[in-house]
Amino acid sequence: MSEQAAQAEVQVPEHPIAPYLRMDRIPHIWCPSCGIGTVMKCFATALEQTGVDLDKVAIVSGIGCTGRVAGYMKLDGFHTTHGRAIPFATGIKLGRPELLVTVFSGDGDLVGIGGNHFIHAARRNMDLLVILVNNFIYGMTGGQNAPTTPLKARSSTMPYGNFERPFNLPHLAASSGASYVARWTCLHTRRLKNAFVEAIRRKGFRFIEVITPCATLYARLNKLGTGLSLMRFYHDNAEVRHGEDTRNAGIGFQDQIICGRFLDREGPTFTDMMNQHYREFLGDKYVPLPPEGGLIRE
Amino acid sequence: MAAGCRFVAGYPITPSTEVVERIAQRFPLMGGTFIQMEDELASMAAVVGASWTGTKSMTVTSGPGFSLMMENIGLAAMMETPCVVVNVQRAGPSTGLPTMVGQADMMQARWGSHGDYELIALCPQSPQESFDLTIEAFNLSEEYRVPVLLMMDECVGHMTEKVVIPPAEQIEVRPRALTQASPSEFLPYQANGSWIPEFARAGDGYRFHTTGLTHDERGYPVMSAEVQEKCVRRLVEKIRRNADRIVRYEEDGTEDADVVVVAYGITARVAREAVDLARARGVKVGLLRLVVVWPFPEKHIRALARQIKAFVVPEINYGQIVFEVERCAAERAAVVPVSHGGGGVHDPERICEIILEVAA
Repeated sequence: MSEQAAQAEVQVPEHPIAPYLRMDRIPHIWCPSCGIGTVMKCFATALEQTGVDLDKVAIVSGIGCTGRVAGYMKLDGFHTTHGRAIPFATGIKLGRPELLVTVFSGDGDLVGIGGNHFIHAARRNMDLLVILVNNFIYGMTGGQNAPTTPLKARSSTMPYGNFERPFNLPHLAASSGASYVARWTCLHTRRLKNAFVEAIRRKGFRFIEVITPCATLYARLNKLGTGLSLMRFYHDNAEVRHGEDTRNAGIGFQDQIICGRFLDREGPTFTDMMNQHYREFLGDKYVPLPPEGGLIRE
Repeated sequence: MAAGCRFVAGYPITPSTEVVERIAQRFPLMGGTFIQMEDELASMAAVVGASWTGTKSMTVTSGPGFSLMMENIGLAAMMETPCVVVNVQRAGPSTGLPTMVGQADMMQARWGSHGDYELIALCPQSPQESFDLTIEAFNLSEEYRVPVLLMMDECVGHMTEKVVIPPAEQIEVRPRALTQASPSEFLPYQANGSWIPEFARAGDGYRFHTTGLTHDERGYPVMSAEVQEKCVRRLVEKIRRNADRIVRYEEDGTEDADVVVVAYGITARVAREAVDLARARGVKVGLLRLVVVWPFPEKHIRALARQIKAFVVPEINYGQIVFEVERCAAERAAVVPVSHGGGGVHDPERICEIILEVAA
């Protein structure tokens, strides 16, 4: 068989989530055994399962490895400034309330430089689905300490081990006012996808933390082996405890990772409260910004 | 509101807060949304985000907040997002004189965010002009897809004067122009011979991508000097090449003047008094009031420099716009600053004395 004929016979079936991706941008920039792609795949599968109108979904990222997700998914995608994905997304949500607005970014971006926006958006119960990929380190810039780096873990700016206390993110989100809080690792693909499906169908500030391996930096600096070794670690050390008190959800170095849906409570969102309050206070005089955007057709 | 703005995100800061207070009161009655954000970083980010839904958006601040907004003013410039930022200038640096006048953010307005870009800055001198130029600012931001800065100052910001608000149908408002291209053929940064690409908003099925990274016509990041040249060159050229259309100034008695006073904002009104004083003493002096400060009226200053002896440039800072005048005058005419550190306006007599000195 000639080489040409051999090539012609190889037919690669389209990947099931290809319609959700900008295939002209693949291959992506993520390292081998990075977990971000898996999280993105779970999210795409969740979008498929919920059947939401993809034309009405916006995805907003900040800066960093996970920040690239907004550029790979075939949605209205915004790759913004470092730490500002949440306020940018808040603008989109309030500017066109009918959209499903998702923030997809990393731990350094969302709770390091963007920490203030994170707690305020949760306090307001702003109608955003926030997916935070936590790899315990700054990946894009080369392995610096993050506000999530566990105590004693090494990073390039904590070469003798980290002595700063990390955030317990589910607890931060829950105590700030989030309506939905869950944590999974990227090993839990089915449950992660289910959490995305659940959260897409909820309203308010929905927070899902996903623990992912960073083999290139976190595992290497801490001599934890390959990405696969970290996945094995998740397998052996992740414990599912739905409804667990988020105060117990902190993560120590190479310690148990508590996963599950910690919080799922109904409560009025920022927009609900604004509308309800103005209607009570102003009555018929209240003119809300239309769901499709302000003054766009005039 | 008359300009079609329906989203404002802001953070309280003296001496600009009255604007967001008024908006907070009026917006629920007219289909707008106001949100007080947690800081100015967030305010500006929300404004850029909201503008991508097609809803015209604005924020209002003063010096310290303006500094924080620089990050996402740069993002707005890079993503080519129409929006308006009002800076009611107070004296700085840092916390400075929060309740008192300054004009020292003029160079920050030009290139306060990192990297190369051009934008548009307007300087009203009265409450009436604050109204008129806010509408103009929105229209320019829509036309050129840039953040437009309304560089007020505390004096103009707190001034009480009669304002005539024309009936809505007489106000020229440029609506957000949405692309007519189909989603399959639309490229978010294809300028097609013009300098300004067509706009698609979030939620209309275009599923476009936009980024603060250097990008190609698809809006996809490309890390190369070639794409940088194409991408950023256009950001700069779309304003520089249209500068003649954007530049706006008012002049009085410059045709046969020996001396021209260049001023903007509240200082233009003080300078007017100084010009009258000097004329009464027999000096041929004109006034050039900058309405649009960025882009700078380079051609006109160059032309004037060939006709006159000197420019006098009073401003409430230790020399900012005066350096632009000096650059354009290119030693064909003398350029003399009249500085004021802020916290008050110039004494017209002092400006008059300088005019008399340079005319002699």
